[in-house]
Amino acid sequence: MSSNKKYWKNAEELNPTHSSAVETLKQKEFTQEIPVDEFLGDKETLDASSTTRRDFLKYVGFSTAAASLAACEGPVIKSIPYVVQPEQIIPGVANYYATAIANGYDFASVLIKTREGRPIKVESNSLAKANGGINARVQASVLDLYDNQRVAGPQKEGQAISWGELTAEVSQKLEALKETDKSVVLLTQTFASPSTSKLISDLKQNYSNVSHVVYDAISESAAADAYQNKYGQRGLANYDFSKAQTIVSIGADFLGDWQGGGFDAAYAQGRVPKNGKMSRHIQFEANMSLSGANADKRVALKPSQQKIALAKLYGKIVGTAVGGELPAHLETAVNSAASELLKAGANAVVLTGIQDVNAQSIVLAINEKLGSKAFDPKTTIKTRQGNDKAVAQLVADMTAGKVGALLMAGVNPAYTLPNASAFVEGLKQTDLSVTFTMKNDETAAVSQYVAATSHYLESWGDLETKTGHYGLMQPTIRPLFDTKQFQEVLLELVGESGTYHDYIKSYWKNTILKGASWNDSLHDGVYTSSNSATVETTATFDGSSILGLGAAATTLAATSTSEIELTLYPKTGMGDGQQANNPWLQEFPDPLTRTTWDNYLTVSEFDAKALGFFLETSTFFSENSHDADGGLNGKYANVTVNGVTVKVPVIIQPGQARGTVGMSFGYGRTQGLKAEMQTGVNAYPLYTDFNPVQTATVEVTDGKHEFACVQLHNTLMGRGDIIKETTLEIFNTESAADWNPMTMVSLNHEETPVNSPDVDLWDEFDRSIGHHFNLSIDLNSCTGCGACVIACHAENNVPVVGKEEIRRSRDMHWLRIDRYYSSDDTFEDDNTTKDNIQGLGSSLSTFGEMEVPSENPQVAFQPIMCQHCNHAPCETVCPVAASSHGRQGQNHMAYNRCVGTRYCANNCPYKVRRFNWFLYNENDEFDYHMNNDLGRMVVNPDVTVRSRGVMEKCSMCIQMTQKTILDAKRDGREVNPDEFKTACSSACDSGAIAFGDINNKKSAITELKDDERAYHLLDHVGTKPNVVYQVKVRNTNEA
Amino acid sequence: MSSINTMKQKFNFYILSKTLLSGLLFFSIICTSLFAQEGDPVKGKSLFNANCAACHQLDKKMTGPALRYVETRLSEEEGLDREWLNAWIRNSSALIKSGDAYANKIYAEYNGSAMTAFPQLSDEDLTNILAYTAQDKAVPVAAVAAAAPGAQAEGGVSQEIVLGALAILFGLLALGLFLVNKTLRRFAAANNVEIAEAVKRKSLWKAFVNNQFLMLVVAIFFLLSSAYFMYGYLMQVGVDQGYQPIQPIHYSHKIHAGDNGIDCKYCHSSARVSKHSGIPALNVCMNCHKSIYEVAPSTATEEYSKAFYDGEIQKLYDAVGWDDAEQKYTGKTKPVKWVRIHNLPDFAYFNHSQHVSVAGLECQTCHGPVEEMEIMYQFSPLTMGWCINCHRETNVKVQDNDYYDKIHEALTKKYGVEQLTAAQMGGLECGKCHY
Repeated sequence: MSSNKKYWKNAEELNPTHSSAVETLKQKEFTQEIPVDEFLGDKETLDASSTTRRDFLKYVGFSTAAASLAACEGPVIKSIPYVVQPEQIIPGVANYYATAIANGYDFASVLIKTREGRPIKVESNSLAKANGGINARVQASVLDLYDNQRVAGPQKEGQAISWGELTAEVSQKLEALKETDKSVVLLTQTFASPSTSKLISDLKQNYSNVSHVVYDAISESAAADAYQNKYGQRGLANYDFSKAQTIVSIGADFLGDWQGGGFDAAYAQGRVPKNGKMSRHIQFEANMSLSGANADKRVALKPSQQKIALAKLYGKIVGTAVGGELPAHLETAVNSAASELLKAGANAVVLTGIQDVNAQSIVLAINEKLGSKAFDPKTTIKTRQGNDKAVAQLVADMTAGKVGALLMAGVNPAYTLPNASAFVEGLKQTDLSVTFTMKNDETAAVSQYVAATSHYLESWGDLETKTGHYGLMQPTIRPLFDTKQFQEVLLELVGESGTYHDYIKSYWKNTILKGASWNDSLHDGVYTSSNSATVETTATFDGSSILGLGAAATTLAATSTSEIELTLYPKTGMGDGQQANNPWLQEFPDPLTRTTWDNYLTVSEFDAKALGFFLETSTFFSENSHDADGGLNGKYANVTVNGVTVKVPVIIQPGQARGTVGMSFGYGRTQGLKAEMQTGVNAYPLYTDFNPVQTATVEVTDGKHEFACVQLHNTLMGRGDIIKETTLEIFNTESAADWNPMTMVSLNHEETPVNSPDVDLWDEFDRSIGHHFNLSIDLNSCTGCGACVIACHAENNVPVVGKEEIRRSRDMHWLRIDRYYSSDDTFEDDNTTKDNIQGLGSSLSTFGEMEVPSENPQVAFQPIMCQHCNHAPCETVCPVAASSHGRQGQNHMAYNRCVGTRYCANNCPYKVRRFNWFLYNENDEFDYHMNNDLGRMVVNPDVTVRSRGVMEKCSMCIQMTQKTILDAKRDGREVNPDEFKTACSSACDSGAIAFGDINNKKSAITELKDDERAYHLLDHVGTKPNVVYQVKVRNTNEA
Repeated sequence: MSSINTMKQKFNFYILSKTLLSGLLFFSIICTSLFAQEGDPVKGKSLFNANCAACHQLDKKMTGPALRYVETRLSEEEGLDREWLNAWIRNSSALIKSGDAYANKIYAEYNGSAMTAFPQLSDEDLTNILAYTAQDKAVPVAAVAAAAPGAQAEGGVSQEIVLGALAILFGLLALGLFLVNKTLRRFAAANNVEIAEAVKRKSLWKAFVNNQFLMLVVAIFFLLSSAYFMYGYLMQVGVDQGYQPIQPIHYSHKIHAGDNGIDCKYCHSSARVSKHSGIPALNVCMNCHKSIYEVAPSTATEEYSKAFYDGEIQKLYDAVGWDDAEQKYTGKTKPVKWVRIHNLPDFAYFNHSQHVSVAGLECQTCHGPVEEMEIMYQFSPLTMGWCINCHRETNVKVQDNDYYDKIHEALTKKYGVEQLTAAQMGGLECGKCHY
């Protein structure tokens, strides 16, 4: 099955006549020649030089001697032990604390690894399966703690003041405002914290004029309204995708950040074929999202068409006729989705990401009608409490001068509000404005007082992510700066003595724990209970404006489409933009576009050609600049929405629905972050009425944008069968030899399987004794979320190199997730189809639209790290034996031995070796976290920080496997099955990455290695890797 | 002469005063020992050291008050008798609860730290202990103490004199020979005796230069030997064997680990579980040094006096913020900046617990005779060759460790050996130490 399928990373590869640049890239590990001319110069300059050859040798000799003499004196190293050593800290031994992140966008119970009192890594808390997912942003959040741009203490009008002064002045002003008719407003993030809700209601009792407005930068307000209307409580319905066999999503990126995210682990469970069954996922969407990339069937359509499709789907399911016009192929797709849903019945679930109360109400109704097992409305998700109307009202009140004081916490409205300028004007009219923030961000710049808040790793807190699922937050380090958390200040304003810790503890004991142990809950970081804590009473909800279901469907069906529809979305790495100063996240390649350090306008190839954004092949890789190294270029577009115009670079996104464009939030920050991090364009000004779907006009403008996109880096030299995939039908009916055949090679002109010992050039080394590590990667359950990439970054001190270097193909990620597009056609077929379409001109048939591969490709994600080949090509070419093999199956890299010839990288068929072109630490040219004392606190002390001129690569987390072995030795026991972990395998919520010892027959990896889906990457090369992939199975069965 | 007279007078006065003083002392000893009802101070001392010394000293306030003449003091100042004292020692808290005024006063004075009850001490024991506390402070024998440094100084002077005399002697000898030579020559000249001139021969170095074979051999030898020394020099770059820096506090491993036999891992406790052996935190020092505020006179050596060592303990108190007079922490700490002696480069991973707990190695295997080191120094070269060599030669300690059961059996069969070395277990693989 795999043999007739072609995969491509870039549309450029589909064009066989003009892809010389791609071909060159495939053949070269290092795309740039070393610029010898620069320092040798030409002959004339050499002749003109006064330095003779003898002089040159003298200089060389002298400098060598001087350098070696200077090296003789060793430095004096001081060691300062504790004066009084804390009982629980042993230098060199990591401590783990269960805590939780709740930054208003990401909510999750986590485990924090600390060394010598420094938090250095975020791990998942295995006790907290229901409390949110540990995505890439959560993994990277530990670096935010050590951000040297953090506000070091409270400020008034930019001048440092003391906390005493701040609270005194604030409470004095609040007291004064009591007498007036002006209101005091708390504008906060969603805390989802029972104790904070209690604290705010305490404050309301003290100050009668206080009101609380919850604001989510990226709103789920429509869904919350629909839920509140139906179930009487503000929140969102919970879904358990492990119970769903048929998933139909209309514009909901539920593997991304839809409704708070964290659904991917349960989804992945259903994606692994078990007993011949796996879930079927149909995605209707405009932008290519993670969910669309993982879907079995993806239908690209405009957002307005999504509304009509949803209305029609509703009609089919409840059996009423709903009007509305859809193109024929969409009509068919909706019909077949409806029949699949009806067939699956209670095993089906429908989702939507359309920010429209009608759409959300209809989805709740459909799931109720289906009796969906995956749909769990009784468990309320509480992590998106924001209310758009209240926020809009607040800005209006501020402009009208009705607001006396505004206290903001965890929000950055001056950046995230679509009408930020109105907000800033309104803020000037308030008597008091205080912002609780970690950065001198856009809002802090216009506030009177900046209250420096603590990072979540320095704070106490609690949260209830879903009804009955509680989490506790505890500090893992003393505050690094003179900071206080929002709640501490509230306590002072309320007049409560004691710390916030005491407050939570007593609140929990009285309200939540009801006799259960506080210490146990704090130790576990989570607590599950059947009862929900009382939530702060929100303003009475007015549901009168919400239509009945019938009317809602009619309204949806009557949606008019416009020519270009813009869909705004949060990018996997950046979310709502509050972590924009985090270099790990900036350098995190987007799972789909594989672009770093940027946001952009995603446009379909068809529209790009029509609108003039398409760069022809000849200029796409222009010959004169360094673009031949794979650096991607794009034109600029002016995007205008409701009179607001932004200039944004354009990227061509295969799978983008025609007539739609996409743009991500979270970029274009200007305040409170380093110049290097001020990347991209702010999309919030286009977010009118908190609606991510906008009618836009797009036109080409001048200028060429240089992207730092890694999609053409490290291609596997055009060798086939990198991805193997099959369909569920074939998987169930045919033998593994058909859909996962062993590669045959020629031996004495006879076809011989590649795993036969006869074809092996090498003597096999006996690895049956001791440990032998293998890593298994399931292409079915990998959603491409990238949490493993950041986990690897944190664990292994992988340096950040910056946009320029990424563009030069010098990224340092040890673990990359390759994204492949494919269609059922071959390259040649694709081309003829494409030619035909161009011949037909504008009168495109919908049939043709589905057939062009880049119009709607299938997507596969493939995490690639060092394959730890048993017969490693890199080892044989190293002149200094810096790369060698261990008995445990790991390919070792001795940095101190490496002289930087880079032969190994050239000889690696998987392109996983990374070269340190520069010194990335303590180097002002690379002013990221490793260039300041604070940022270096995140460095893992068990892993060497590499220097310039050294090759590095994935070590299969040998520091972790060695530690596991040592722990077992010290305890005098065998290593438990599945005790071995790597950073990526423990970061993988969906269980796609599994690690273990294949010599331990009890470990799960032993089965995975011999699974009929298992295959090795490029096994015809004969490298015998220790990383095994599982064939991707797509459920293409139309029910 | 007059000075001698005055000296004599002074001397007489000295003798007189000393007699008087000793008489007085004798008298007071008799008085106090009468008062102490004939306890045995020798037995009392051993009892005191076993039971009381953790919190009390005779002449210094510690956790509890100084105890010299305690019985006299109590009876004179507070009017409390032996009965009260016995009751206090056997169960002080009961006495405090009973509302006894002085008991409560003393309890409050020492911040409510209750004294351990000693109900097991008999009346006789208490008598002995009190007899010991009633002894007078031993007067240091001043004359002896004063004489010792004098003798030392004399020794130094005599050596110098001998050397000087020898130098003068040799000088005189040389002068004598020169004069004799001169005189003889004068005689010869006077008697017209011809002194034969030495025959001019071809100089040695010219002969050497003309001999090409010899030149070649010497050149080769010279090149080889310089290469040898060059190699030797370069190989020791970065090897700090014998590195013995001056530390901010003169901490003697000899006194602690050697003379007092304290286990290494008492202070370096993290060596058992961590990659670091750990420089002990100062609170570990204070476990003992809270009560050890001075060294015994016998600890002092020729090189380091008692005053010097006591000064070093004082440095510890300053660092940790301990007020020895008040017996409490001031909270003002000055962390000690030790100079690190054993420095492995960052790219080499070494784990103490692997070697100490799992392999059961003695610390001395790598760190040398620490118990004899007055000043700590780096004993081993800590080079990779040194590590590797040990891994080749050392057998893995597999006894009583279930981890090794299967793997050891299989590997011994594979290699056909009785005992596996660390190298055979994979201890030579690059990635085991470099990552």
